[in-house]
Amino acid sequence: MPLLTRWFIKLALIYLVVALWLGAALLTQALRPLPPFIAALGPVYFHLFMVGWVTQLIFGVVYWMFPKYSQEKPRGREGLWQATFWLLNLGLLLRMISEPMQALTPAPLPPRPPAAFWGWSLALSAILQWLAGLLFVVNTWGRVKER
Amino acid sequence: MPRLSCWFIRAALLHLTLGFTFGGLLLFHKGAPLHPALWRLLPAHIEFLLFGWTVQLALGVGFWIFPRFWRSRGNERPAWLAFGLLNLGVGLVALGTLLSLPPLAALLGRLAEAGAVIAFTWHAWPRLKPPGAARTST
Repeated sequence: MPLLTRWFIKLALIYLVVALWLGAALLTQALRPLPPFIAALGPVYFHLFMVGWVTQLIFGVVYWMFPKYSQEKPRGREGLWQATFWLLNLGLLLRMISEPMQALTPAPLPPRPPAAFWGWSLALSAILQWLAGLLFVVNTWGRVKER
Repeated sequence: MPRLSCWFIRAALLHLTLGFTFGGLLLFHKGAPLHPALWRLLPAHIEFLLFGWTVQLALGVGFWIFPRFWRSRGNERPAWLAFGLLNLGVGLVALGTLLSLPPLAALLGRLAEAGAVIAFTWHAWPRLKPPGAARTST
């Protein structure tokens, strides 16, 4: 199994564990109040599953097992794969911090720091994850071929 | 990789692109507001990623790697039907919510998706067998 696949799958497993713990913690809100930062992680919870676990696991397995792109570049452009890995995970981690922080920061109109900072940080996390998805599609498209 | 798997997986990649684009716009808008109407993209974002990407990729890879009957993959027609119905269904549900079509559009979309899963199950059931259990599809 290639190194990048191991990174993808190990991080996917970590996200799965974090998502399960977070889901359990959010359920306890009915019994006792949670720290505000944890309580504001509701929207993040689902994306830890779908992006951190499911999508990342798929990315890792596709990199490993899909047909070769060519003899010289069996997995396509390695640099783009590395970029996909880093963009996806930096984007998701940035979201995990920015989304609850933005929710907890009073937002004047028009937004001023620090609300504006967390808002733009969240917007940046969106761009990073979107780029990761695009690079994955670009790199995988050429490996989807009939034999 | 068989032709149908190529179709399934390429369609899944297109849905991933749409789903990530809609999701990216929604998340960007959450941080730096662009336009309130963007929230209308949310149901399509979910549809593209859950059914168009994840389910479709699983069906495409399943068609490719499930055990074969010697050199044949058995009756491929239901699997092709599954491909058509799944994409019709995702399209109907997504367009139904994006264009505010009558709820019947989304209902028909969901039924098409369910039909796709039934058709794929019809195709795949005989292929889920132990090694060497049967050499023919009949």
